[in-house]
Amino acid sequence: MTTKKFLYVNRKAPYGTIYALESLEVVLIGAAFEQDVSVAFLDDGVFQLTKGQDTGGIGVKNFSPTFRALGDYDVTKLYVERESLEERGLTEADLQEVTYEDEDDDWAEKPSIRIISRAEMADVMADQDVVLSF
Amino acid sequence: MDYTVNGETIAADEEGYITNLGDWSQDLAGVIAEAEDITMDDERWEVVNFLRDYYDEYQIAPAVRVLIKALKKTMGPEKGNNKYMYELFPYGPAKQACKIAGLPKPTGCV
Repeated sequence: MTTKKFLYVNRKAPYGTIYALESLEVVLIGAAFEQDVSVAFLDDGVFQLTKGQDTGGIGVKNFSPTFRALGDYDVTKLYVERESLEERGLTEADLQEVTYEDEDDDWAEKPSIRIISRAEMADVMADQDVVLSF
Repeated sequence: MDYTVNGETIAADEEGYITNLGDWSQDLAGVIAEAEDITMDDERWEVVNFLRDYYDEYQIAPAVRVLIKALKKTMGPEKGNNKYMYELFPYGPAKQACKIAGLPKPTGCV
C-alpha cells in the first residue's frame, strides 16, 4: 500500500459545534491506516490547542488533553497559522505543549506544534494528497 | 445490562460498558470481569490500571496498537505484544480490558 499525505484542517472553535471533536476522532481512527498525517489549525481552530481549557460551565467533556496523545498515534505534525493566532491576540505561549517521542532519535521528546505563516500554510496544503476540512 | 456491586445497581449499556465513568470501583471491575469470564490477577490489573491512567491523562482509551507499544516500552517486549495481551483478554484488550477499567469503548473500535 502506498502512503498518502493526509491533512486535516481545523477552522472552528473547540466547543459550540461538533466539528473539532469529530475531526480529532477521525484523525485517531485514520491513524490506524499508517498514512502520513498532518493536522492544521487556522482561523478559530487555533483555540482548540489553547491551554487551561475548562468546560465545567457548559457541561461537555474537555477533550483538549487528547491532542497530547496524538504522538502515540504517530501524528507528529500540528501546523498552527501565526496570523490566525495574532488576529486573536494569542501567542505560542497560550498553546498547550504537545510533544512526540522520535523513534529514530533514541525516543527523544520533540515538539509537535509548528507555528507557520499563512504563506507556508498554503505550501503545506499544496503538498498534500488528501485535504479534509472541519 | 446493569451490574450489581455490594447491593448497588450500576448502569451499563447493552454491550456492558458502564454509563457513568465515576461509578467505577475495584469491586465493580471484579464483577465486570466475572461477567466476561475473566479472573483478575496481577497481570490483568497491570493492564487495567495502565488504561485508567492513560484515560486520566489523555481523556481517551488508547487503540490496541498504542496500548501494546506503550506496554512494550514500560514493561518490556515479553508483555508488550499481541499474543500476551490476547492471552489475558481473549476477546480483545480494547474491548474487554477497557470495559473492566470502566472506560468507554476505544475510538475506532467496532
